[in-house]
Amino acid sequence: MRHMIDPLDFSTEEVLALLDLADDMRQFPQKYQDVCARKKLATLFYEPSTRTRLSFEAAMLNLGGSVLGFSSADSSSASKGESVADTIRVISCYADICAMRHPKEGAPLRASRFSRIPVINAGDGGHQHPTQTLTDLMTIRSRKGRLDHLTIGLCGDLKFGRTVHSLIKSISRFEGIRFVLISPDELRVPDYIINEVLKPGNIPFEETTSLEKALPQLDILYMTRVQKERFFNEEDYIRLKDSYILTEEKMRLAPNDMAVLHPLPRVNEIALGVDNDPRAAYFEQVQNGVYVRQALIMTLLGLTV
Amino acid sequence: MLNIDSIQNGIVIDHIKAGTGMKIYNLLNLDELDCCVALIKNARSAKYGRKDIIKIEGEIRPDLEILGYLDPNITICLIQGGKIVSKKQLTLPKTLKNVIKCKNPRCICSIEEEIEHIFDLGDNGTYRCRYCEQEFHA
Repeated sequence: MRHMIDPLDFSTEEVLALLDLADDMRQFPQKYQDVCARKKLATLFYEPSTRTRLSFEAAMLNLGGSVLGFSSADSSSASKGESVADTIRVISCYADICAMRHPKEGAPLRASRFSRIPVINAGDGGHQHPTQTLTDLMTIRSRKGRLDHLTIGLCGDLKFGRTVHSLIKSISRFEGIRFVLISPDELRVPDYIINEVLKPGNIPFEETTSLEKALPQLDILYMTRVQKERFFNEEDYIRLKDSYILTEEKMRLAPNDMAVLHPLPRVNEIALGVDNDPRAAYFEQVQNGVYVRQALIMTLLGLTV
Repeated sequence: MLNIDSIQNGIVIDHIKAGTGMKIYNLLNLDELDCCVALIKNARSAKYGRKDIIKIEGEIRPDLEILGYLDPNITICLIQGGKIVSKKQLTLPKTLKNVIKCKNPRCICSIEEEIEHIFDLGDNGTYRCRYCEQEFHA
């Protein structure tokens, strides 16, 4: 039985097959509308995450399946002190597959050790969020037609942003990837990403504090939010916050075929005016998230059409 | 020079980093053994200058995982009939199970009952928690 706990759980060939399936679902949704009939997805959300939960639920409903679950730890047996190991053994009796969001890192991995049904990690603390990574890959491929030979700019909070770390690890497995890491010094990508992923893989990268300088060379710009609470003092935050806001003016510096991605929610790091730019791909990303989750559910359940 | 009787059947834990023999003695709970145990501190060593040695008479098989993690330079000599029948040079184990504990308060290990604390050895010689992947610092 397969699970999806870490974005690297699937080989690049498996990822490509999954994205092919997701693309086909986008093109021919009716072909898949009953593929999960009489199957149940349990959404075990120990912390609120409306967007991800609804995306999973929409995915299962699009496949003709049913959904059950809880949306906060208060409404689960965790509030009575039940362990993750026990919860998943119980849920295995009720559902055919589950998606778990948990504030503690490694909880879905723990669940997978005791589960009789496939477990999908729907986000574990600041650790992994593999279906977001698959969504990012699908969007990049649909915009650029490939996942190799790309210059990818990652901008904003590169230190704490788990989506950034997962994306670097996943897309580094494809040939000819180059990164431009755009962040304030305070929020640089952690050393372990550089020392354990980029350098050993001989993956070219440059670090810069200037979004304007980076923009002309990018195929993809992946924006993240610079959060006030990440700074030690407010002065630094005020000094830096506007440097990493993508505006229509800055977009003039970017190539015409660049795509702008963002894991959402955004606050102010992408000006509303950019939404109408054809290069803005972040709402398309949300839609792709549903297809990728559909493809993952179907693959992990071993179903075919 | 101090003379310690050689043992007939048992093990010698040799090349222990000088000064850490007592720690290993305690971690292996050797004080609970009824057999003859000798802890030699600061013995002369051609290789390291000084070393600690533990000799244990009797049928004991220490946890090599713990020993390898604590001191990968240790050599384990198995003695039978007064002779060394095998020598084992320890290395850093690939996996540690319940030897060290994850200190990350955001890790599932911090709340889950009866969870094993499992660490995997990385390419850079450090251990990472299998659950949260945070590097362990002693």
